[in-house]
Amino acid sequence: MKKKQERPGGLAGLAIKNLFRKPATQVHQFGEDGIQKGYRGRLLYDPSTCINCVMCMRDCPTGAITIKNAGTKEEKQMHAYLNLGRCVFCCQCVDSCPKKCLSFSSEVLLASFDRESLEIEL
Amino acid sequence: MSERNDHKVVVPIGPQHPSLKEPGSFKITLDGEKVERAVIEIGYNHRGIEKACESRNYMQALYIIERVCGICSHAHTSCFCQAFEELAGLEVPRRAHYIRGIVGELERLHSHLLWLGVAAHEIGFDTLFMYTWRDRELVLDLLARIGGNRVNYGVNTYGGVRRDLESELMADILRVCDQLEEKLKYYAALALTETTLIARLKGIGVLTPDDVRKFSAVGPVARAAGIMADTRIVEPYGVYQEIAVTPIVDDHCDVYGRTLVRVKEMLEAIRLIRLFVREIPDGPISVRAPRKLPVGEVLSRVEAPRGENVHYIRSTGADMPDRVRVRAPTEANWHGMSHMLEGFQLADVPIIIAAIDPCYSCTDRAIHLVGGGINQLTDWESIRLHSIEQYKSRGIDPSTIKMREF
Repeated sequence: MKKKQERPGGLAGLAIKNLFRKPATQVHQFGEDGIQKGYRGRLLYDPSTCINCVMCMRDCPTGAITIKNAGTKEEKQMHAYLNLGRCVFCCQCVDSCPKKCLSFSSEVLLASFDRESLEIEL
Repeated sequence: MSERNDHKVVVPIGPQHPSLKEPGSFKITLDGEKVERAVIEIGYNHRGIEKACESRNYMQALYIIERVCGICSHAHTSCFCQAFEELAGLEVPRRAHYIRGIVGELERLHSHLLWLGVAAHEIGFDTLFMYTWRDRELVLDLLARIGGNRVNYGVNTYGGVRRDLESELMADILRVCDQLEEKLKYYAALALTETTLIARLKGIGVLTPDDVRKFSAVGPVARAAGIMADTRIVEPYGVYQEIAVTPIVDDHCDVYGRTLVRVKEMLEAIRLIRLFVREIPDGPISVRAPRKLPVGEVLSRVEAPRGENVHYIRSTGADMPDRVRVRAPTEANWHGMSHMLEGFQLADVPIIIAAIDPCYSCTDRAIHLVGGGINQLTDWESIRLHSIEQYKSRGIDPSTIKMREF
């Protein structure tokens, strides 16, 4: 440890040094910088492997995801809908899916000006 | 502000106040500048977290529990998962314990750096505030890479963890630890030698060891009074059963002591992270967890950055808990707050309150109206009609406003 200071202002040295450094903040203008690898963003859905078990719907904490079969039991036409206003991006659905037909991307710029456009089909 | 006959002034701070980050009410009776009496009322942030958990299945409840606190989200889920695993009889893989430990210690680092910044801001030392929050970004970036989010990392799940640590990421953790250690040593030296800091913090917000026992304070508040109240040492869990934590206590009993304990704990957290990264075993990161728990009840304790978390689960054998109780560390520390404030200056009030690192919404669980006399349930629609009538009596017509639909 340094010896006891007699005058206040111990942080002054660091403060002066930082005057000549570039800013600590990052430019985050178009969503590229600062997005870490493995960031949980918008979901991706592969309807061909989905078996309509709805485990994702059962485990979703906010009830944001909906899986619908528009076809019959034999000829499936699977659709997944996501309410971005409700989704907390925990990606529990990805973990719960037994067939791994859900995955997540790093797309995070999903804001919208109206509530209706937050309901998207995956 | 109201003045009483005996020339004492009652200053109400809150529930809504520009300097409060969350609502809480402090009624402070002043004799001159001296705080004679402090009455604290909390409960303005009740969110019904426990009831929400009881009406969801265990997997959904985990994400509610994660949102009890924004800062110590990992500590809460660790505690809840630990309770679940205990009741289900799950054997968590060693690697999962180590990953939980690494994330937990990183969380302690970011929580204490945040606290140091807030405390510096409360005493008007904004330079330190800026630098500590800049350094905190390094930890938050790491946590975002590990869990995929800056807060609410979602690392824990029943029976282990959801994300593995790659060797590249572990190398980066060690690199950040080296960078941070250098800066933290500087802050530790600053806390020990900076005369203005010592003059501002020493001797205020005193809570003696007897008071700590009386008010059941936990975490750094208790440790700053020389009481070794650290769950990681008293009742080791997970990775701490294998790797021991060095006890950090201080005998200042005041806000300065709490600052020293937190700064030293950050250096200890770095030492632990390095050990965890070095010793981490290979193997699976999770085991399959059942959807239903057997009948029973369990109490689990985990050391969060602010103190001891206590979670209780009672199960009736269904896929959702019958009762959940969460005791956040701030709840234990609030009891001694009036005692800490009394006898000190009004200017010391913000830093004394900030020194326990209060988290209002973590604490608020239920509202008990004393002397309310009304015991009835009112549905949402009648509350809405009542409010419309109230506005109409003031000449405002709010009936054109549409209710938000969910």
